[in-house]
Amino acid sequence: MVARAVGKPLPHDSAHLHVSGQAAYTDDLPEPRDLLHLAVGMSAVAHANVRDLDLSDVQAADGVVDTCTAADICGENNYGSIIKDDPLLADGLVQYVGQPLFVVAAETVDAARKAAHRANVDYEELEAILDPLTAVEKKSFVLPSETLVRGDPDAALETAPHRLRRRVSLGGQDQFYLEGHIAMAIPQEDGGILVYSSTQHPDEVQGIVAHATQREAKDIVVICRRMGGAFGGKESQAALIGCIAALAADKTGRPCKLRLDRDDDMIMTGKRHDFVIDYDVGFDDDGRILGIDFEFAARCGMSADLSGPVNDRAMFHCDNAYFLENVRILSHRCKTNTVSNTAFRGFGGPQGMFAIECVIDDIARTLGKDPLAVRRQNFYGTEDRNITHYQQVVEDNIADELFDRLLASSDYEARRKAIHAFNAGSKVLKRGIAITPVKFGISFTSTLLNQAGALVHVYKDGTVQLNHGGTEMGQGLYVKVAQVVADEFGISIERVRTTAADTSKVPNASATAASSGSDMNGKAAQKAAAKIRKRITAFAARHYGVSEAEIDFRDDVAHIADRSMDFPELVRLAWANRVSLSATGYYRTPKINYDRATFSGRPFYYYAYGAAVTEIVVDTLTGENRVLRVDILHDCGDSLNPAVDLGQVEGGYVQGVGWLTSEELWWNDKGDLGTHAPSTYKIPTCSDLAPDFRVELLQNAANREKSIYRSKAVGEPPLMLGLSAFFALRDAIADEDRVLPDLRAPATPEAILRALQGVANE
Amino acid sequence: MPANTIRFVLNGNPVETAVADPTRTVLQFLREDLRMTGTKEGCAEGDCGACTVAVVEIDRSGNHIELKTINSCIQFLPTLDGKELITVEGLHGKDGQLHPVQQAMVDQHGSQCGFCTPGFVMSLYVLYRTNPKPSRREIDDALAGNLCRCTGYRPIIAAAQVMHKQDDDWNSQQHLDALCAVRREGDLALENNGRRFFAPQDIAAFARVYEQYPEATILAGGTDIGLWVTKQHRELATVIYTGRVAELLDLHTSASHLEIGGAVSITEASAAILGQYPDLDELFRRFASPPIRNAGTLGGNVANGSPIGDSMPALMVLGASLVLRRGDQERELGLDEFYHDYQVNDLQSGEFVACIRVPLARKGLRVASHKWSKRFDQDISAVCTAYSLELDGETVTRFRMACGGLAATIRHAERCEQVINDAPWTAETIERACAALAEDFAPISDMRASADIRLVAVQNLLRRFWMESRGEVEETVYTYGR
Repeated sequence: MVARAVGKPLPHDSAHLHVSGQAAYTDDLPEPRDLLHLAVGMSAVAHANVRDLDLSDVQAADGVVDTCTAADICGENNYGSIIKDDPLLADGLVQYVGQPLFVVAAETVDAARKAAHRANVDYEELEAILDPLTAVEKKSFVLPSETLVRGDPDAALETAPHRLRRRVSLGGQDQFYLEGHIAMAIPQEDGGILVYSSTQHPDEVQGIVAHATQREAKDIVVICRRMGGAFGGKESQAALIGCIAALAADKTGRPCKLRLDRDDDMIMTGKRHDFVIDYDVGFDDDGRILGIDFEFAARCGMSADLSGPVNDRAMFHCDNAYFLENVRILSHRCKTNTVSNTAFRGFGGPQGMFAIECVIDDIARTLGKDPLAVRRQNFYGTEDRNITHYQQVVEDNIADELFDRLLASSDYEARRKAIHAFNAGSKVLKRGIAITPVKFGISFTSTLLNQAGALVHVYKDGTVQLNHGGTEMGQGLYVKVAQVVADEFGISIERVRTTAADTSKVPNASATAASSGSDMNGKAAQKAAAKIRKRITAFAARHYGVSEAEIDFRDDVAHIADRSMDFPELVRLAWANRVSLSATGYYRTPKINYDRATFSGRPFYYYAYGAAVTEIVVDTLTGENRVLRVDILHDCGDSLNPAVDLGQVEGGYVQGVGWLTSEELWWNDKGDLGTHAPSTYKIPTCSDLAPDFRVELLQNAANREKSIYRSKAVGEPPLMLGLSAFFALRDAIADEDRVLPDLRAPATPEAILRALQGVANE
Repeated sequence: MPANTIRFVLNGNPVETAVADPTRTVLQFLREDLRMTGTKEGCAEGDCGACTVAVVEIDRSGNHIELKTINSCIQFLPTLDGKELITVEGLHGKDGQLHPVQQAMVDQHGSQCGFCTPGFVMSLYVLYRTNPKPSRREIDDALAGNLCRCTGYRPIIAAAQVMHKQDDDWNSQQHLDALCAVRREGDLALENNGRRFFAPQDIAAFARVYEQYPEATILAGGTDIGLWVTKQHRELATVIYTGRVAELLDLHTSASHLEIGGAVSITEASAAILGQYPDLDELFRRFASPPIRNAGTLGGNVANGSPIGDSMPALMVLGASLVLRRGDQERELGLDEFYHDYQVNDLQSGEFVACIRVPLARKGLRVASHKWSKRFDQDISAVCTAYSLELDGETVTRFRMACGGLAATIRHAERCEQVINDAPWTAETIERACAALAEDFAPISDMRASADIRLVAVQNLLRRFWMESRGEVEETVYTYGR
């Protein structure tokens, strides 16, 4: 099959709708008659028994039609997908500020939101654990701590020429999707419920709604055409919103919509896990790591949610691109009285990679070396030193090659010298530079999730409707999969329409997550299309008495030996001759196997790589800083759509820099989140983009595995390119001295001033 | 009897609509009443820009129109009376073709999830209209009020750089004519179920109605009051709008002062102030965002009196004063004396800020301001400082320093000023002044910064001002390499 659409930089399939305001998000759908609007009453305290929940004032408020509490949930009061520890509505015990206590249904959004503030709640406050270190001390965990050991780290540490022990802390991150959580539930005949949900995981919303409303999966349909961003935040926690809407619809018998106000969204729903990282590393004179002992304490919040696999991935990725021969990782999944943290682009990987990059940077500064040299000392080999601490052989390592190319194209060495010269003559402004690698494992670590389905219809007029289990959150999944299907039929992409993710079309779909969307759904859709193409081919061969090998589809034309006809004409003929023109496709990722009990096997089908050089300038009086220049080289394999992939790389980088610099989550001593709106929570703006921003996709870089058109997943990996900005800041703060800046992330001006004071005191 | 309707132009078409709730936002009106869902709600507080729309008004001359962005999520519907509103649905050409701005966004892959996109398109549209060849910095400034979480902004900047390659079919006269057709002669007064909205045309009428309803909420840009409604769900019984009062919209220069009417927007006021004090440029670039500066007023910033308001430190060191009016009585008060305590000021019942008087620049006066926050654009100051300095040789003849973010009100650093006034302008003096700053202020810790580091910051900012005054440091990280 010759690729015609695949590999082209086609615009996002909804781009023309986005720019004209015609792309319909869940809140833009026409509202059904009798729609009720919902608001959630939230816990005001971090940990308490609810002695009394008096909703009489809520019910008496203008426009209020009904309320729901835990007592109204006829089915299961839980939306935890792995561990059932996540009540939809608190039942007697509240465990974080913002936890849903009750739901108000009213005639207008305003009426519902106003009324939600009128509850009289009597709390019996309990001791609250508000940070991960206290949780470790009190052994407060959502899941048991896990340990992964390879080699003999204790012996290696004992005998190493150099040894360093430090603690670094790393903040969380709000997803800050521009469209907040939303769902609309509409009662259907015979007990059915239709839920429009802004979710990365319609299947899970379906299942959890069914359980909560004492129904079965067959009774629930969940549809999501698009999300206004998700970034992991709508993987597990969209189920809460969908369920609340469904519960209210079930109770009132009316359609119900819950759209969270931005502040409520940020207070009520989970974020990236913040970590406290302790390490003990032994290394030689070249900076090669001989042994390392990590201890991670992650804030999981009040429930397990996805914290198990998130922390597992942190354990997997605390090698980043480096061979750790003797290593112990102890990972604590801390239970705190704060919102339950969840998926966010990278899913624990960024935290693990941050940890090892801090180690590398500290080793380099201890030895007075360029951190670049220490990085290269520790890279995985290609023939030896190529087995990860979880026993996967790294077969596709290109970290060295990426570095070579990027060091040359970014002029790293010369610029580093120039920076040192500048710093020597500059009292207030100091520059810094860093190059960091990314090696990110692609696949869900839970093997069973690595499956996908698709449904393709070819209509009599030769046009195609495509559906698959993947959801569109802006990442361009729909256009990429449509490109694959168009090429399978040899038709122009305009003939392919992708319809909304819909549990009634493709069942049991995994979340669109783990960067796996186009890998898995692309393959599934290709298989579905191929089935139909084969049927049409077989028919045409019979009908015209030619061999199947003489039949080819390209440029909207079917070539049948020396005859050719427009694709629609052949399709119509096939239909008239009673050929099925609809098919499902199914894909399961090959090669992967993994034993969670021993943390060993091959959890990842392959790795995606990248590298970034960031140069930054810091004001040593104010701690304020700016990224000056960025050079990125990223590996997307043979890209399905270089424009879309470039967008993922650029956006991921900027989001990663935001996480590590300006985006700070701040709780007060009562567990109240103070940064719950864009006024106080600062994601990057336009002017934060480096004036010199050079991003390239690695060329001629076919995936060694037989992924869809040999492309590579690109959703998450680029986020971690942002690490280079953090280490450029460290470089500027250390200013060539052999000091280890005590710089926490996010490196806000305050954090930088503290680190500078520490450096000055050393 | 008040006619309970307002008239405005929506995407070229005149609209007359009844207003049951005068604090209904423009965004609610668009999305919920008209079902025009192209404009999005991202935060309902004017900080994300997803709700950005353009407003067209007849300018002071009466002969021209001006176009600006505002945040529809916190703008009350009646403030549109007599104006034109342009939304993302109104940009396409007659044949339904995408506007050049929209096409540039498509061509440059400027949207991913698309939710912020209508807001970006509107900000770009106003930039397209008002700046034929924007620099990167001008693009950054124009987009400072729009957040995108997907793209990292590079393709949106690229769209801004190519959008002018195509012309559109804009016709100023058409818009002027349409505006003239909905122009209101006389005062606007809406009353419904005990909810009142007044938009008088002159200051006498304004003062009169405020005396009549002294408990009324005075509404200017609504950039704070909007949040009282969208976030705190407060019901405002009576609202009096400053935005149509001719005298409050007046801005002129007298022999000694800039006379800035109480309803003059931050955008206009800052341009006038920068004409006198160009060194305040960075402060006003970092002051909120263009849509907020377009709607928000200097008078509102001052009267609201937030301890983290960004205009007041500079106004204080400039020696600005306020003309306060009640009924037909006016008095003038130094801004220094205006704030008594947290959200307590000198305004009497029924009294309002009629004018802000800012002394004109004079030779030998050095003025500067520093804003310290987590992000350059559209952040709330953790610390904001302003200084004015006059030297006789190496001796300070007059030094003023005022700070925000360090106390319950914006106020002078009095002990620090005492140390520096009449002292030599030397490092040794500055170090003593830094020690005095620790006596001047006992800041609190909050989500913006910790108490101890706030003090470090303000001390370092003063050191920086000293170095800047001596040419020892010329660039900030924001100007470096750009």
